[in-house]
Amino acid sequence: MPEMNTSSLPDLIFTILFFFMIVTTMREVTLKVKFVVPAGTELEKLEKKSAVSFIYVGPPTDQLRAQFGSSTRIQLNDRYAEPSEVMDFIYQERQSMSDQTAQVVSIKADQRTQMGYITDIKEVLRKSWALKVNYSSTRRN
Amino acid sequence: MAKKKRKVPGLNASSTADISFILLIFFLITTSMDTDMGLARRLPQPPEDEEIKQELKIKERNVMEVRINSEGYLWVKDGTASSYVDIRDLRARAKQFIQNENNLSVLPEKHPINIDLLGVCALTDKHVISVQTDRATPYNTYFQVQNELVAAYNELRDELAKQKFGRVYAALSDEQKVAVRTYYPQKISEAEPKVYGGN
Repeated sequence: MPEMNTSSLPDLIFTILFFFMIVTTMREVTLKVKFVVPAGTELEKLEKKSAVSFIYVGPPTDQLRAQFGSSTRIQLNDRYAEPSEVMDFIYQERQSMSDQTAQVVSIKADQRTQMGYITDIKEVLRKSWALKVNYSSTRRN
Repeated sequence: MAKKKRKVPGLNASSTADISFILLIFFLITTSMDTDMGLARRLPQPPEDEEIKQELKIKERNVMEVRINSEGYLWVKDGTASSYVDIRDLRARAKQFIQNENNLSVLPEKHPINIDLLGVCALTDKHVISVQTDRATPYNTYFQVQNELVAAYNELRDELAKQKFGRVYAALSDEQKVAVRTYYPQKISEAEPKVYGGN
């Protein structure tokens, strides 16, 4: 039986690899809060992924609830934080960006979050001149 | 002695496939494909004393207040009326306010302004929609209100674009978009939240 010619197999796999490298993004953090984002109609895509900083707001995940309770928490990077720590986080993120004026902050918050938390974050964002925000949401018809 | 043609031994590439497979699997695991969408908003600049003075100068007819209480009910006040409003009626109300089609004296005042491509138009360029929330307002309600207000602007821009250029706003050229944006500038202000009515 003649052997199949597999010399083009690496090229094939490399093509798939490059495809995935381009269309996907590195998974940012392990989530410690649980959230269902609201649904909206007038959405825009987050364009430059490298210029986006994420802030997660919601109650702790089921595994962490026993330890941290079920009240709303703010997550920055891999840990829980207070609203006052947001400013440092924003500055830190900004340092690592090539185009610092393009910084966008994506707020991924749970639908049922009370506005107080969001407002606190917004106030800090204003003070740290991170004025472009994006309220993360899913599409609804 | 005749030269023998030397053969270059081929590199054994049979493991390249395995290597690239490993890389592929690594990227599959560490990356995510979800495209992030969201409502893009611009926050006002940090407050300064001068700005507070300016805010006081806004005429009452130019302001539409949208208050969301801790239960998630909307209360809207503009020149025509002040009442509780269902979220489904907010878009129409906002459009009516921004447009002031019949040039009513209770809705935002109009100024003639020269815009490239559109000529001199009477605009309600001084209008402001102010969204006020309570600390206990559910985030979802706030989001939906923002969504409806942005939708009102987008619908107005689409209508204007169709009327003047025969295409929807998204299909316009950059200059045309600027003209339409100048005609309907997005002015949603977010005041610092107040505590009123309940906790």
